[in-house]
Amino acid sequence: MAKTRKSAGDSRRGKASPARRPGHTRFVLACLLPALVLFAVFMVYPTVNVFRMSLYTWSGFSPDMKFVGLDNFRHLIDDDQFVRAFQNTVTLLVVVTVVTMGMGLFLAAIMTRQKLRSRNFLRFVLYIPNVLSVVVIAAVFSAIYDQNNGLLNSMLRLVSLDSWQQVWLGDQKVVLYSVGIAMVWQSLGYYMVLYMSSMSSIPEELYEASGLDGASASRQFFSITMPLIWQNLRTSLTFFIMSAVNLSFVLVRAMTGGGPDSSSEVLLSYMYKQAYTNSSYGYGMAIGVVIFAFSFLVSLLMSRATKREPLQF
Amino acid sequence: MTVINTPRPPATRSRIGRVLTYVLVIALALAIAVPVAWVLLASLKKKSEFFGSPWSLPEGLRLQNYVDAFTDAHLGQYFMTSVFVTVLGLVLVLAVSVPAAYVIARYEFKGKGFVELLLLGGLFINVNYIVVPIFLMLVDWDKALVDVFPGGFFLDNPSVLSLVYAATSIPFTIYLLTAYFRSIPVAYEEAASIDGASRFRIMTRIMLPMARPAITTVILFNFLAYWNDFIISLTLLPGEGKTVQVGLLNLFTAQKAAADYGRLYAGLVIVIVPVLIVYAFIQKRLIEGMASGGVKG
Repeated sequence: MAKTRKSAGDSRRGKASPARRPGHTRFVLACLLPALVLFAVFMVYPTVNVFRMSLYTWSGFSPDMKFVGLDNFRHLIDDDQFVRAFQNTVTLLVVVTVVTMGMGLFLAAIMTRQKLRSRNFLRFVLYIPNVLSVVVIAAVFSAIYDQNNGLLNSMLRLVSLDSWQQVWLGDQKVVLYSVGIAMVWQSLGYYMVLYMSSMSSIPEELYEASGLDGASASRQFFSITMPLIWQNLRTSLTFFIMSAVNLSFVLVRAMTGGGPDSSSEVLLSYMYKQAYTNSSYGYGMAIGVVIFAFSFLVSLLMSRATKREPLQF
Repeated sequence: MTVINTPRPPATRSRIGRVLTYVLVIALALAIAVPVAWVLLASLKKKSEFFGSPWSLPEGLRLQNYVDAFTDAHLGQYFMTSVFVTVLGLVLVLAVSVPAAYVIARYEFKGKGFVELLLLGGLFINVNYIVVPIFLMLVDWDKALVDVFPGGFFLDNPSVLSLVYAATSIPFTIYLLTAYFRSIPVAYEEAASIDGASRFRIMTRIMLPMARPAITTVILFNFLAYWNDFIISLTLLPGEGKTVQVGLLNLFTAQKAAADYGRLYAGLVIVIVPVLIVYAFIQKRLIEGMASGGVKG
């Protein structure tokens, strides 16, 4: 009976051209078009435009738009502020990634292996920063870092470590790391929970067997846990780098404005400065293209460098 | 017979480890709880109280800061804008993504491979880079329609902001829903089809209810993304109407300059509390969703 033959059933059986009930195409189009149109207008077209605009000098609102080819990119190399922003982004990414991933793995491992009774409560608390908005985090950390009345400095006074007090957001040498700590604070819980969920699916027998053979906890971590969650770790690393580029931007914007003296400028904040503050839209978009290429390249390199044979359990 | 390979007594080993673990984890939990609690307390302080020790308790239950934040700083009004934008965005993204995901999961059609690839590529497009061209595009549209809407239509329009939220979360939403639809057995649809149900009816009456867990996950993730968004709303609502996050940032700048933090902390609490309440209810689901599809290996 032709009526019962649904295309889905056919595709499941692997037929190339399924028998179709009348109206098949119309239904597919009706379901698909709204999403595709929205996606094309607000994502594909603007993305193409980023690349196109990077080849022009343009103040945004005047019709005066001049094609300059790759000139914008050439200028970037001589732009000290851009170079600074690039270095800052790389430094932040390296430091924050290493710290967050390291601590996240460590915490996940001990919380999975030691059967803590309060595990669920701790998981709940540690995940909180991840549901807060970046503006909230920026405001909370500004309060923590406040020079006179901030939590951090007054805590140091309390334990008589007065000499450790800092102008956390006003010192060129420190400010980048102050922002970095806020980033770790925000994302640690997320990655911890992510690793916990993949670690908890590792069969207990593996640990029991290796324990009988006398393997220490750290040995178990490196020889059992790490190899078995490796794929998960790789994916989260790529994901983390992407999100860290964005997170750093909003934090910098809200907490320091890139200062003092562009010592905390990151790529995205500099892009916005060029586009909106300087009205150099073409130049700003060239920075956007660099960020695109940079994130893509880093992800690619990461995924190459961390490739291993997948393990099963 | 003696056992050669005696396992180390687990009790002593894990007792030390357990104590260390507790100390470490509690320290971290405090590092998260203390700042949040501190903001809560500080939101009750008067201006003069900010010059004393930051550890002092507020003198009383003083809610004036909240009143000020709600009315003078317009946070109440911004709050309602955020609620509107978030809800409409969720409705829109589901209205377009659920049918699309269903069709991709179940139907064969020309160009399907291309559509899937395109949407997958969309997962890597980040809104932060493309919000400038989106802004300029809306400026152009307003210019083109200046005869019909002299005051402009697309910029400073919360509904358009919802539309942009919805559009930019389509790849993620479809990705998650498609995977879920594929995991539902085809037999249900075949049975309904034999009974003579139309395609539309099968989709809305059979598949939609069955996909409820995936739809909930999608709502949760998109809710957090829309509610917490700052960049898109900052750019697309440059006028008087703002979302609560942008309003908070303005308050932040103003209060910092005036060294008067009470209103700011009250504003922070106003923004934090709804999210924490939602989170408390949904945390299990959120964490499950994250493990199953948020970041897929």
